[in-house]
Amino acid sequence: MKTIRIGAGAGYSGDRIEPAVELAEKGEIDTLVFECLAERTIALAQQTRLKDPTLGYDPLLVERMEAVLRLCHAKGITIITNMGAANPQAGAAKVKEVAHALGLGGLKIAAVTGDDVLEVLRAGDYRITETGEPISALANAVVSANAYFGAAPIVAALAAGANVIITGRVADPALFLAPQIHAFGWSMEDWDRLGRGTVVGHLLECAGQVTGGYFADPGVKDVAGLARLGFPIAEVSEDGSAVITKVEGSGGSVTTATCKEQLLYEIHDPSAYLTPDVVADFSRVTFTQIGPDRVRVGGATGRVKPERLKVSVGTIDGYIGEGQISYAGPGAVARGRLALDIVRERLQLIGVTASEWRFDLIGLDAIHGEQLAAASGREPYEVRVRVVGRTASMREARRIGNEVEALYTNGPASGGGASKSAREVIAMLSALLPRRLARAAIDYVEA
Amino acid sequence: MKLRDIAHSRTGDKGDISDISLIAFEAGHYPLLERYVTADRVKALFAGIVHGEVVRYTVPSLGALNFVLYCALGGGVTRSLALDAHGKCLASALLDMDIPETAE
Repeated sequence: MKTIRIGAGAGYSGDRIEPAVELAEKGEIDTLVFECLAERTIALAQQTRLKDPTLGYDPLLVERMEAVLRLCHAKGITIITNMGAANPQAGAAKVKEVAHALGLGGLKIAAVTGDDVLEVLRAGDYRITETGEPISALANAVVSANAYFGAAPIVAALAAGANVIITGRVADPALFLAPQIHAFGWSMEDWDRLGRGTVVGHLLECAGQVTGGYFADPGVKDVAGLARLGFPIAEVSEDGSAVITKVEGSGGSVTTATCKEQLLYEIHDPSAYLTPDVVADFSRVTFTQIGPDRVRVGGATGRVKPERLKVSVGTIDGYIGEGQISYAGPGAVARGRLALDIVRERLQLIGVTASEWRFDLIGLDAIHGEQLAAASGREPYEVRVRVVGRTASMREARRIGNEVEALYTNGPASGGGASKSAREVIAMLSALLPRRLARAAIDYVEA
Repeated sequence: MKLRDIAHSRTGDKGDISDISLIAFEAGHYPLLERYVTADRVKALFAGIVHGEVVRYTVPSLGALNFVLYCALGGGVTRSLALDAHGKCLASALLDMDIPETAE
């Protein structure tokens, strides 16, 4: 029976590059997928593109391609990635430059565009899901709107013989589903197979998170060789059944436990995982350890895809100002609390207003609040004061950090290591759009 | 005993919603999870953090529960003021929950 091997070369924009090289070198893979586009990343990329029309793709695109393109070219490995972010065409042009610099020829590079639906959303004045308000209510605060495409445009690019496919916003599992559809000729309405292929995509999309990354808990859940954590490979058969594994000799481990944690990661209802291609049902999935670092996955099904496409909408949402300073040794907690009280009062005195505040002691209650901190009954050796507020202007945001820094000479004894920051906030909302209003386009460049 | 003795957990986020899985190391312990780790108990544990509904999904084939916590992330990772804006550390707090050693 024919099988294909798909490797995951990145699970987020800043991910390690060495495991992708290892996959290309030793993974005997057909396809290498880089998933690099978090919700907010595309809004930030859109802002970058507005400042410079030649930018807006992933900042590590060139470095990643320099690392793997020669190997992939030599071994006939297809590369699929959403590193195009807000500018897939510029990303494809950049890949062409890398190919030339490496002396590689005969490459067909595809750029998938059309996910930018800001004008369509504005023209139809569609509603924001979270608030129920029309997009016009947000006026100029909206900076980006990108529809989540499914596998179809990637399948089309594969059918056209593309060796490197650069997309913008695409549902993460679709990056992995597309090469399965292409290789096995699955129908786009074979819901069970699309459901199985989506499980494979979901298991691989966070790369190291299924091979032992984000899993270790010493003494309870130990993972060997984490420093050399290898990234996953899926061996998929025509019927959609699959084995999850990794390069032999790489760090980490693939077990039923690592697969279970990743299967349930960020899916809400396990019986209805919504993607643009299929509503996948993970609720009867089974994992079987069939060898060292080899886990068979089965039992997934699927149902007809959702009618509308999800759109993620980036908006400018005020400013956040923050300051931190540390206290240690006997009385650290009391001095930290005094520092918080002082800053709270001073911010009132100078008239800094914020719609929301936090006054935390890192080391004590910053993560889970007073209730759980008190229940633990332990007093830490050191704490770090953290004051943060949401303001309407950058000027006010800066004053928050300044007041914390001023604790050096104006606060409790022995505070140290003050830091401060102020930033504009890009928040993400969502909307739903009829499919016919988001059309993918594919451009090809030859290198 | 603690949940950490019989189960493992991972937290993820989508917008202002936190997803926390709870997975028995051994299938035989799944009934304990199903019986004692109710949506109400999880909501009470995170009373100061989660301001919306807590929904529990069961996945017996994996010996696992999946909790979906609404209004749990200070407006969502992209605008939250929290140090752990993703709520990634919630799984560790869940595993500290006490649980009886046998189902009675």
